[in-house]
Amino acid sequence: MSASQWRRAMNSAAAAAAPTLAAQPARVPRPAAAAAGDALDAPPWLDRLGARIRLRHAVVLAAVVLYPLVASPFFTYQIGAQSLALGLIALSLTFLGGYGGMVSLAQMTVAGLAGYLVAIFGTSSMASISLGWPWWLAVPFALLGATVFAAAVGWLSVRTEGIYTIMITLAIGVAFFYLAQQNYTVFNGFQGLSKIAAPELGGVDFKEPVAFYFVALGCALAGYFLVKHLVRAPFGVALQGIRDNPRRMASLGYHVTAHRVAAYAVAGLLAAVGGVLMVWYNGRISPGTVNLAQMISILIIAVLGGMKHPIGAFVGAIVYVLLQNFAIDLFVRERFNLVIGGVFLAVVLFSPDGLLGLWAKLRSSLVRTQISHQKRRRP
Amino acid sequence: MTDGRKIALWLLFAGPIAVFSVWAIVDNPPLYFKTLLNGLTLASLYFLVASGFTLVFGLMRNVNLAHGSLYLLGAYVGWIVGENTGSWLLAVAAGFLSSAALGLLMQVFIFRFMEGQDLRQTLVTIGLSIVFADLMLWAFGGEIYTFDPPAWIYGSTMLPVVEKFPTYRIAVLLAAIVIGFGLWTFLAKTRVGMMIRAGVDDRGMLAASGVNVQLVFAVTFAIGAGLAGLAGVVGGTALSISPGEDTRYLLASLVVVIVGGMGSVVGASIGALLIGLAEQFGLAYAPTYSVVFTFVIMVVALAFRPRGIMGRAG
Repeated sequence: MSASQWRRAMNSAAAAAAPTLAAQPARVPRPAAAAAGDALDAPPWLDRLGARIRLRHAVVLAAVVLYPLVASPFFTYQIGAQSLALGLIALSLTFLGGYGGMVSLAQMTVAGLAGYLVAIFGTSSMASISLGWPWWLAVPFALLGATVFAAAVGWLSVRTEGIYTIMITLAIGVAFFYLAQQNYTVFNGFQGLSKIAAPELGGVDFKEPVAFYFVALGCALAGYFLVKHLVRAPFGVALQGIRDNPRRMASLGYHVTAHRVAAYAVAGLLAAVGGVLMVWYNGRISPGTVNLAQMISILIIAVLGGMKHPIGAFVGAIVYVLLQNFAIDLFVRERFNLVIGGVFLAVVLFSPDGLLGLWAKLRSSLVRTQISHQKRRRP
Repeated sequence: MTDGRKIALWLLFAGPIAVFSVWAIVDNPPLYFKTLLNGLTLASLYFLVASGFTLVFGLMRNVNLAHGSLYLLGAYVGWIVGENTGSWLLAVAAGFLSSAALGLLMQVFIFRFMEGQDLRQTLVTIGLSIVFADLMLWAFGGEIYTFDPPAWIYGSTMLPVVEKFPTYRIAVLLAAIVIGFGLWTFLAKTRVGMMIRAGVDDRGMLAASGVNVQLVFAVTFAIGAGLAGLAGVVGGTALSISPGEDTRYLLASLVVVIVGGMGSVVGASIGALLIGLAEQFGLAYAPTYSVVFTFVIMVVALAFRPRGIMGRAG
């Protein structure tokens, strides 16, 4: 058996193993009668899909779709859309860190580069810099450029392992910030580029809060399901194997470096989509968008929510954006960084799995007390 | 690597630099040598900051991203002491001691309890750096502070080609050489230094041979943090102190140790030299792209020696 055949065999074995792995965490068994009734007429893929969907998924989906109808434009745009865009960037870090074991601080840099590229390829206030392409041409090229950049960052940082990754990506990100600040020919220096608006399409102006919210929601859902799908696909399973034991995976015939660089590219694409949303949301981009504080805020969001599950990125983003908007009312106006830094420290020190970890802990202790109650009642 | 490839590599990197140097010296000798001296001064500052960073990482595998905050804290405390006592030397001592004390507290109360959890430690240092930065912004505001160096290193000195050059920068260069030599002597000749080096190589073995590792860790963290604080006062005198300087020196330390190699003081000095010179020459000859030079050095170092110039595998 050649190496490539062996790898293919391993891949399919891994893919076969994936659903069973994924099925394990499901705690609530499906009612047997419903399963038997469905199985007769529903096609198997719909049945599989139905097995994964629970009440809470439907509730969350309904809530995010109906949200702009009940919320004020401020809550739709400033809270809702911003959380979704930030969450998407944080999701890229969750994918990379949680499933690939590579904590990159350069995700905001990738997002910022995508934003800059949209401004440079498309239209902005600086006619001498912007090329003036239509948005449907500028956006794909911005995404492509940012993804290639992310892959290059990945190629550089996977040459070393573990904690070096965080240092190298941090250095790359800060270097990019200083470059954007110093350079006037491409990045327009300290001022950056402004008047970058979301496009109009078919009579719908995507600058409007509700329309923009749905664009952001669509992108966020697509990103979320992409990650959910990838982590169960052979590529994602191999990536998790590499996270846990790169040496063993290498000896099984997997190309460790290629998987890691590919993970960076995928995460780069997610971050780039988030970056385009962010630049449309703000209408402008400047070095302040990619400075150290912003780079770290993405890490804070991902860690705050919990890196073990893709939804953590969005939970963290909502908490972060709410804190950002309302901590001002609760505490001294300028001390937002102190609050967010303190919250982050508390999470890292006391609940390393973030808010989701806290929730899981709470639920398991609730279940435990219920069980002990039942035990007590039984005799 | 074969000898032929080594020579080819040297030619590849040293050749363009030599050509550039010859051109620059012929073109404008004072500018070239002034930039060279400025680069050396900046390199000595970077060395002071990065040597502490690399020591802490080498021994405890703790990437202390709050290192820039320790630099800024030392600078601010030194400034207060300098204002109140009028003595610059006392300010330097205060900068060292305050940062060393904070570093000690961090090690004893936080990092001691998370040994072996690299990522968590790093995340904690990130959280600390945010909190410290905001507290210092609260206490000192956004103003720019400057030190008055004592009269004997104030003013300028006449040098052969460069003509006038600030005396203080020469003093910084000499001080960094003295401190670097002192650090090397401490690590190479004293008992504690030997323990630190042994710990860098193998922590488990050091603990097994009856050394109180926690004590060694605490001492190293205090020295590393103290060096950052000292550099804060020295660097604050050469340039100025303002919020945001912490990021600048954090980036410098990161790049210096990535290029030079983790845990190696010699590596830190080589890295600091490369980065300091690259930054100053970049600023003098290609102002809007000077960061790119720093970055290119890092990329080249990572491409050929992923663990840094003086780094060891393992």
